[in-house]
Amino acid sequence: MAYIPHTDEDVSAMLEAIGAPDIKALFDEIPAELMIDSLKGVPPALSEMEVGRLMLDRADRDGRPLNFIGAGAYEHHIPAPVWAITTRGEIYSAYTPYQAEASQGTLQAIYEYQTMMASLTGMDASNASLYDGASALAEACLMAVRANRKSKSSRMLVPRCVNPTYRLCTEAIAGTQGVTLETVDYDPQTGCTLLDALRAYEGQDITAVVLQQPNFFGQLEDVDAVTDWARAQGALVIAVVNPVSLALLRPPGEWGERGADIACGEGQPLGVPLSSGGPYFGFLTTRMEHIRQMPGRIVGRTLDLDGRSGFTLTLQAREQHIRRGKATSNICTNQGLLMTAATIYMTLLGPAGLESVASACIARTAELVAALTAIKGVRKVFEGPRFHEAVIRLDSPVQPVLAALAEQGIVGGYDLSRDFPELGNAVLVCATETRTSDDIARYATKLAEVLKHPAAA
Amino acid sequence: MSNVPGDLRYTRSHEWVRTLPDGSVEIGISDHAQAALGDLVFVEVPETGRQVASGDAFAVVESVKAASDVYSPLAGEVLAGNDALASQPELVNQDPYGQGWIVRLKPASMADVEALLDATRYAEHLASEA
Repeated sequence: MAYIPHTDEDVSAMLEAIGAPDIKALFDEIPAELMIDSLKGVPPALSEMEVGRLMLDRADRDGRPLNFIGAGAYEHHIPAPVWAITTRGEIYSAYTPYQAEASQGTLQAIYEYQTMMASLTGMDASNASLYDGASALAEACLMAVRANRKSKSSRMLVPRCVNPTYRLCTEAIAGTQGVTLETVDYDPQTGCTLLDALRAYEGQDITAVVLQQPNFFGQLEDVDAVTDWARAQGALVIAVVNPVSLALLRPPGEWGERGADIACGEGQPLGVPLSSGGPYFGFLTTRMEHIRQMPGRIVGRTLDLDGRSGFTLTLQAREQHIRRGKATSNICTNQGLLMTAATIYMTLLGPAGLESVASACIARTAELVAALTAIKGVRKVFEGPRFHEAVIRLDSPVQPVLAALAEQGIVGGYDLSRDFPELGNAVLVCATETRTSDDIARYATKLAEVLKHPAAA
Repeated sequence: MSNVPGDLRYTRSHEWVRTLPDGSVEIGISDHAQAALGDLVFVEVPETGRQVASGDAFAVVESVKAASDVYSPLAGEVLAGNDALASQPELVNQDPYGQGWIVRLKPASMADVEALLDATRYAEHLASEA
């Protein structure tokens, strides 16, 4: 098809056809007080050369530290073919297709992605991806309100050991649409959702229970007990999961007697590099019974008039370009580029490869916890099984220690004191398959030095 | 010309109402409405026990390219949704006044039923919309 911009003659002809004097007239329903002449505070445009220099200078400031921080975004090895293929001209697009069925390759990539995510989470169906993990949880909560028609309360039970950023984001998005988040405490011994705190809500109208596995502290929840309790209350179960962990852990579709209703999370660990907080991508999968309440685009496989196999957007009547104000969501797009990278990442690794990544993460984190807690003044905070993160507690305030480590080129972990002051001088540390035994030994040595001579560091 | 049975009542938004012997009513969408929507792929029915006001959107009919609300012609309590439509939404297309019924309702007042359009006036309404 031709990508030729409209000529002035084209524009005039179109305006004449609809009886508009000029293009500005098309926007005359916007009140004058909302119109502005220019953007204040925006600096003048830079040339490509200047922008390139600026970005390099800023990237240099980050350096290449040895990273032991996770807290929602994780450093994994990304095989070179992932981005070599993703950035090929045929598929290098950030965006969801508009004339969708003319883009069979894109639709097939989305279809493969959906198949993999549904399989990984043990669910029947996946959408084509969302913006990020946090907004995926917000969408999952809004979806639960639509799907749980017996519940009238729009109340979600959300344990404090769910990623605090996800909770804030969900409050911001879903809180303004009538959803109430009730915070449920965690067990100070295990760092897992306190079942007794959930039971305080027994007999009340609860729309859904959110459960993160592994949770924000890296601890593994008793997903069966929570899922079955929630179902007995008539509440749906929203699983927030790390896709890499699902290579080893039981998928949400198999939690408890009947499985979770919605699974969502951050897709970044699947082939997307750490990059100043994004762009990443969110995923959301569900059971067939809830599919019409699922937000976002869905690609289906079909036959054309000649009986040939092909791909098409499906269930579009839920979406806002058709359903207008009553659409399931205002999400009418997906994270096309990152979802494509994730599909290629999963294809290259396969189930066995992903499992070996997950196993290596667990082994490295166990090694890290052992090395750090061998240092005087460093203790493990929670007991019980974990994935690739752990909470450690120091004898002294966290910030100066992390700052001293940063001086040594080590990102030592995520300071929990802001979100979890009750944990004291606590740090969330992470080791993925990318951390070697030497890396871990270096971190332990430097931490011991810093703790021994805080002033010198 | 679409089929407008004489023994039913209608709304301007193309729902029909049939009074059953026990005083409850059956509600669906008219032959005209199903033809205008095209092949239905999904029908969402309200949950039993729901109290609805006249004009409430209480069901959704979805075709391949559009989804439309079905509005309750009457105030009352939902007695049942047609569960057969979950697996066979096409019944609405094939038999809009029979097996394609959507909701059974216990009306708050039978007088409300009498106030709806009769077949003659609904046919006139269709003619005026055409």
